[in-house]
Amino acid sequence: MAGMDPEDTATLVSPGSEVLGPGHTYGSVTDKISSIVLTRGTGRKYKVGFAVAVLLFLMLNFGITLLMAVGVGIFGINIPVGWGYCITNFVWWIGIGHAGTLISAFLLLMRQQWRTSINRFAEAMTLFAVACAGAFPLLHLGRPWLFYWLFPYPDTMGVWPQFRSPLVWDVFAVSTYATVSLLFWYVGLIPDLATLRDRASKKFKQIIYGALSLGWRGSARHWKRYEMAGLLLAGLATPLVVSVHTVVSFDFTIAIIPGWHSTMFPPYFVAGAIYSGFAMVIALAVPLRKYYGLEDFVTIRHLDNMGKIMLATGMIVAYSYVMETFMAFYGGNKFDIFMIMNRMTGPYASVYWVLIAVNLVIPQLLWSSKIRRNPLYLWLLSFSVQTGMWMERYMIIVTSLHRDFIPSSWGMFYPTRWDWIIFIGTIGLFFTLFYLFIRFLPMISIFEMRDLVHKTAEGAKP
Amino acid sequence: MKKGESLYGLVAEFHSAEELLEACKRTHEEGYRNLDAFSPFPVEGLAEAIGFHRTKLPIIVFCGGLFGCCGGFFLQWWPNVIGYPLNIGGKPFDSWPAFIPITFEMTILFAALSATFGMLALNRLPCPYHPVFNLERFAQASKDRFFLLIAAEDPKFNLEQTKQFLTELNPREVSEVDS
Repeated sequence: MAGMDPEDTATLVSPGSEVLGPGHTYGSVTDKISSIVLTRGTGRKYKVGFAVAVLLFLMLNFGITLLMAVGVGIFGINIPVGWGYCITNFVWWIGIGHAGTLISAFLLLMRQQWRTSINRFAEAMTLFAVACAGAFPLLHLGRPWLFYWLFPYPDTMGVWPQFRSPLVWDVFAVSTYATVSLLFWYVGLIPDLATLRDRASKKFKQIIYGALSLGWRGSARHWKRYEMAGLLLAGLATPLVVSVHTVVSFDFTIAIIPGWHSTMFPPYFVAGAIYSGFAMVIALAVPLRKYYGLEDFVTIRHLDNMGKIMLATGMIVAYSYVMETFMAFYGGNKFDIFMIMNRMTGPYASVYWVLIAVNLVIPQLLWSSKIRRNPLYLWLLSFSVQTGMWMERYMIIVTSLHRDFIPSSWGMFYPTRWDWIIFIGTIGLFFTLFYLFIRFLPMISIFEMRDLVHKTAEGAKP
Repeated sequence: MKKGESLYGLVAEFHSAEELLEACKRTHEEGYRNLDAFSPFPVEGLAEAIGFHRTKLPIIVFCGGLFGCCGGFFLQWWPNVIGYPLNIGGKPFDSWPAFIPITFEMTILFAALSATFGMLALNRLPCPYHPVFNLERFAQASKDRFFLLIAAEDPKFNLEQTKQFLTELNPREVSEVDS
């Protein structure tokens, strides 16, 4: 460590690594990330994007208002297909959320350094995706204002929720998941809020960030307990994330409908959730790093790694599709065989084959490292996967329900414009929240980036 | 009021985590016990260097998880067996395997709440005011500077001698902090 001049400000320069550009110091990572919030303001592109998101969000409010006034009859659902877009959207959104928890919790336990620069906004993505997901089962209730009947409280009616029902398990799983994700995210933010408090020049910002940082001062004792809390939360969140999508899959598997009643669903659903979640992280990361010039922090190596995870989980999903078909014939149950044949050749055959194309065939391009290391191609591919995963849930729900055991009860499902408006509206809600997040909170964990500077500089020492 | 009474302690500022770690070890060896170290990111071994070895947090989280587990199970068992037993599909009232998912979720929920609020409580946060914030340079502690504090309450504390000792540690600056 040469150059110990007292006025020397940059004391430690990281030579960089695969997950961090060269030449960064504690100060440079702090200034770069905090300036996005404190001094950079909003550009033209931000304003246009935010306006579009808010418009879509307003459209959602309009749809919800109509739903409250008229009822679920505005959707295309009816008997036999009683679960339409709402449940498809619910499973899709909650699956997207899972990648954020996995990055922040599981990769922390695995001591993966590359999680550092993507965990914060991936966790924010989780929170906002869970907010969108949580809305759907409630909107689907018929009388959404009575949603609190789902919770066990000693009411005057003297009845309790049916605790043996997976739908009630879902209430507990999703609300626990939302709470734990919020805690994990906020705990991670505390030291960075203190950084913003100390950097903010306006009194108002100092007070707001100061209050939110709870008076964090970086004491060694505090850090020790803080790191312990982070580790414990990570250890708790990892099984939680697996349990949440397992419980979501129970919503289907506990029923006896062919195409739902399968022991394969929990791992199949968890893999699919991670698959679509990483696709969403890529869809957000690529424009963010370009627009805010974060190529040093979110490197090609990050994109490459996320592409690999997508490939791996995509292969598990592909295996599940194959096994689902195989088990129908191997089991020999005529209803299961009919269900598979109906998916492939029935009225919804186009959904099945487009799904196979966008979710299974196109993602095979990820085997090529040229594709994985090209931000634009990877970004486009992420939309293929997200479309595919949405169609997968649609296929599971609609094609299983529309033709079950008795031909006299068969029917079709056609989405209405309100199905679309409320679905697209939640995309607006998601991006409205996300735009606000990148404007007001540090989208990359600053203190963990300083730690990364320290570790990479230490590692480079002879 | 004498000057010594309003003094909270002495703070030395360092450039690097390694310098701070070394300074903390020497200060602790010197016999000072009421000291604290501040860094912009968690530095391995720093808490141990100032004599803080174990935190009670894991046991708090364990108790929280145990409470959530038992409470979650009881929440389902009581209405189904005692409070409002209903025969649904001939299932036994105490069909405990069906209660496992919610029991698991409640375990995680209460353990996570204990981890978060336990950490904050043990750290005595929120703490809007602390004497170290009086030091203007301390804003750098959340960026790229490392600070060592010896509190005036320390029995070994003597303004002149302690200042002399801190200066020998070769910091960027030694400052007095008012309480």
